[in-house]
Amino acid sequence: MRYVDKTVIGLSIAFVVLVFADFFMAEWMRFIGLQSLARGAVALGLLVLWRTGLVSFGHALYFGFGAYTAAMLTLIGFHDAFFLVFAGTLSAGVLAFLLGFLLRRYRAIFFALLNMAFSMILYGVIVKTEELGSTDGFSLGPPTFLGYAPEGEAVQTALFLFTLVFTYIVTVGVHLYMKTTLGSMSMAVRENEIRVEYLGYSAEKVIHVKYVFSGLVAGFGGAIIALAIGQVDPDSMANWTVSGEFVFITILSGIGNVGATYIGALVFELIRTYAFEYAPQVWQFILGGSLLAIIMFLPDGIWSLFSRFRKSEG
Amino acid sequence: MQELIVILVDGLVFSSYLFMVAVGLTVIFGVMKILNVTHGSFYAFGAYMSATLIGAYYETDLPEFGGFLAIFAAALIIGVFFGVVLERCLLRFLYHRDEHIIVLATFAMFLVLEDVLLMIWGTDPYYAFEPMALLGSVDIVELTFDVYSLTLIGLAGVVCLGLWLGLTKTKWGKLLLAVIFDREISQAMGINVTVVFTATFVIGAIMGALGGAYIAPTISVSPGIGVEVIVLAFAVVVIGGMGSIPGALIGSLLVGISRAAAVHKFPEIELFVIYAIMALVLAIRPEGLFAPAQARKI
Amino acid sequence: MNIYKRSGKATLLLATGLAAAVSLTAGIANAADEVVMAVPTFLTGAGAPAFGVPARNGAELIIEAINKGTLPAPYDKSGKGLAGRQIKALIYDESGGGAKQVTEFRNKVQKQGVDLFVGYISSGTCAAITPVAEELKMLTIFPICGTPRIFEEINTKPKYVFRTMGHATADGVAEALYVKANMPNVKGYTGINQNYAWGQDSWRDFDLAMKQLMPSVPASEKAQWPKIFSGQYGAEISALMLSKEKLVHSSLWGGDLEAFIFQGSARGLFRKKQLLFSVADTSVYRLGKKAPAGAILGARGPYGIFAANVDTPLNNWFRKVYLDRYSVPPVGGSYQAAQGVLAAKYAYDKAAAANGGKFPSKDQVIAALEGATYQGIAAKVHMNRSNGHQAATKHMIGVLQWDKEKGEPIMTKVTEFAPDCVMPPSGINGTEWLKGGMKGAKC
Repeated sequence: MRYVDKTVIGLSIAFVVLVFADFFMAEWMRFIGLQSLARGAVALGLLVLWRTGLVSFGHALYFGFGAYTAAMLTLIGFHDAFFLVFAGTLSAGVLAFLLGFLLRRYRAIFFALLNMAFSMILYGVIVKTEELGSTDGFSLGPPTFLGYAPEGEAVQTALFLFTLVFTYIVTVGVHLYMKTTLGSMSMAVRENEIRVEYLGYSAEKVIHVKYVFSGLVAGFGGAIIALAIGQVDPDSMANWTVSGEFVFITILSGIGNVGATYIGALVFELIRTYAFEYAPQVWQFILGGSLLAIIMFLPDGIWSLFSRFRKSEG
Repeated sequence: MQELIVILVDGLVFSSYLFMVAVGLTVIFGVMKILNVTHGSFYAFGAYMSATLIGAYYETDLPEFGGFLAIFAAALIIGVFFGVVLERCLLRFLYHRDEHIIVLATFAMFLVLEDVLLMIWGTDPYYAFEPMALLGSVDIVELTFDVYSLTLIGLAGVVCLGLWLGLTKTKWGKLLLAVIFDREISQAMGINVTVVFTATFVIGAIMGALGGAYIAPTISVSPGIGVEVIVLAFAVVVIGGMGSIPGALIGSLLVGISRAAAVHKFPEIELFVIYAIMALVLAIRPEGLFAPAQARKI
Repeated sequence: MNIYKRSGKATLLLATGLAAAVSLTAGIANAADEVVMAVPTFLTGAGAPAFGVPARNGAELIIEAINKGTLPAPYDKSGKGLAGRQIKALIYDESGGGAKQVTEFRNKVQKQGVDLFVGYISSGTCAAITPVAEELKMLTIFPICGTPRIFEEINTKPKYVFRTMGHATADGVAEALYVKANMPNVKGYTGINQNYAWGQDSWRDFDLAMKQLMPSVPASEKAQWPKIFSGQYGAEISALMLSKEKLVHSSLWGGDLEAFIFQGSARGLFRKKQLLFSVADTSVYRLGKKAPAGAILGARGPYGIFAANVDTPLNNWFRKVYLDRYSVPPVGGSYQAAQGVLAAKYAYDKAAAANGGKFPSKDQVIAALEGATYQGIAAKVHMNRSNGHQAATKHMIGVLQWDKEKGEPIMTKVTEFAPDCVMPPSGINGTEWLKGGMKGAKC
């Protein structure tokens, strides 16, 4: 059983626990959990990129593209979550595939910023499109699940389960992929690209594959958030600050483990929620302050807390 | 003909605005390879400080033209204070980390400073229109322009020339170019990179604050002005080539004049001008029009 | 690479932690004898000075007065609080876009046990909140946001969501009616509106209304669309000054409006062109003498400066305590937010009375507010559109002047429009109503 390691077991246990928890959770907690899963998935894509040494400040592009694709399909009568999320994921993936030809040539801060530039173009297009509600965005009704049409709280319960299944599959898939030869190549690209090429691998191809993957999961996250909130708007879907939040989550989580991105996303949502609740006038201060504290004192992200715990135990 | 001249004047004014907004960002990036999101805060703090000082100045009976000194004083105070504090107390601990971590740290600092701004100045807007009122207006091709906005062209010119001369003609500038070219070798050759970095960051911060301080009399200084500037400055810098001062100049001119033409000819597409130019430049020359060449290290 | 390995135990730990976290249920610890009212409004960002903070101030004053029972007539006999219970207000920031606000809405409902919402300024947030409020069956009163889409598209049969002021279509109609009456010889019109939803909607409604009321007057093809929060209007001002149209429609607000006024005044724009500002009342007191005298002004209804001379105990009290506490007179947002809170006061008290004096249920409160007519600070509010969930009020447009003797801005040549004159009748989409020639308008 070479595919089953402790991370897979851990993720599977978390999956089963959460499936049961879905039916007992307080509604607000489930909603935060749902958002954490969706944003965590986007961060997972960024994590994969980060392992090759690349960081994108523009993944709101794919997030927004996935969200708007799903939302626009509801306008012409599609409401099935499977189809909407599939379409949102795929469309973002195709976009990433196309832009990837250009972007894979760039590294470091240039890569980060070119992504941001493209995301701003999408933002501008949405703002200018009055048919799509411009900055107000537009709403989409509750989704159906292969004919099952839940109402009220059941929508969120079903959506949570739906998201959980897919994020579980994707996360385990990413974890296993990382262990393959091509997957291990990412660290090598990060360390020294030219040497990778001398070994006979194309660094650009490695990057392109990862870029498309990150686009796919960002589109997935966007489509899920669109369904969960029932509304798309450019400021929460495609603005550069949204991209910043994804990088925030990635750094919060650290590079250590694929599961960590979801904890990072959860911690992010909780910081924001409580800052809003207890300090409504200075929530940005608290958010920024926590980020600074993590950068300064937890350079490897929250995951390093777990690692420390393990070390002290061993 | 009249329209053409008006487009040119409007374009130059807006280009100068863009240049003033972007130059601090590009200076810091050029030397330190840091994309400084806190730039938006420098701009906003500069504007608030300027409005406050101008307000205080015109409470006194001092000569009216002295109000202009308040603008430059505000830029210096804010630039030196935040430049030194941020570089010495935050950034220097991060130089060994990945570039994007530093960007994110400046983003975090920006969030913090947004709320600090609210704590100091509150949400009510500040006005400082006296310097603008003082200079009056002038007619060009039968259209009235306000003189203050036209002086912006001069200021941008002076700043641009000053930076160019400073970089190419002075000893300090040559040291700077050495650091830009190769940080490690410069250090090995005995250049005090630490001092160069602090000085650059302070100059960049002063430039950012000066942008805000000089614009303050023409606007309503109110919350949120910093965010807008980040995106604008960022776009200009991407178009011109990150870290290049001539690039920032050409980028500003390109965007400024195209935008003025759009406003006069096709106002519907004004929003897209900056994005369209950016997309075009990115597609043809993604490193920007004037990007310095990058060495490939094996 | 050992960072991939040996993480099983930690993952397990994580799973247990998560399970523990999710099994916590909402711990709501609000006292039984109070009503928790969430008041979302812009506390940060560009929306704060123009709308957010004045709205918060207005709501705060009214909430305090309700709790102390010091509201003047007609609310002086109904005792303290909402149906006898004190209001616990949770004022928080509306910034950050629809997604964040929906999350926050759920948090407030399920975690902090909010009983009702009175707030939201941006149309975008209102649009995002409406479906959630209906899903969570949460009484939600929108006092300010303007988009007609709330009850025309997003939810045509609302049960829990109310809006206590007229929507943006009314603004466009009132402006066009005013132009027709006061500038019958106008040759054409142009505009400068921010390139985002509010600016686009404002221009569209004004333009459609003008096409019905003055079909022979053409709109300029070069109406200006500056980016929102751009703050630099040099080129736009040149273009407007060179345009042949005399009348300029503008829905600019806040910092953008003030910057436009500074830059325009310095170049004599307001002497050359007749400006029509649809929401400039938010800035007139602050600008004082700098506000362009002679401009046509609206406040999205009978609010702010338009209520300066309304001589009722409620309005006089409101203006006085507001000025005393915040040292500026109340503007549109203050009135509108206060009007939203008063809707709650009215509905709870009326429902309690119908319930034999006992504290009413949520459904009873909703029934009391549906279709009601109640007294706002300066005008009657008729909840008679969209199944009694959408308000109609009278509308006012006038010309701004500077009163030298009083040393304050005043409105002159004010025209009042009846609610049924400017608001589309129930059951018809505002845009279609405009295109169809505004049938059923009673002017």
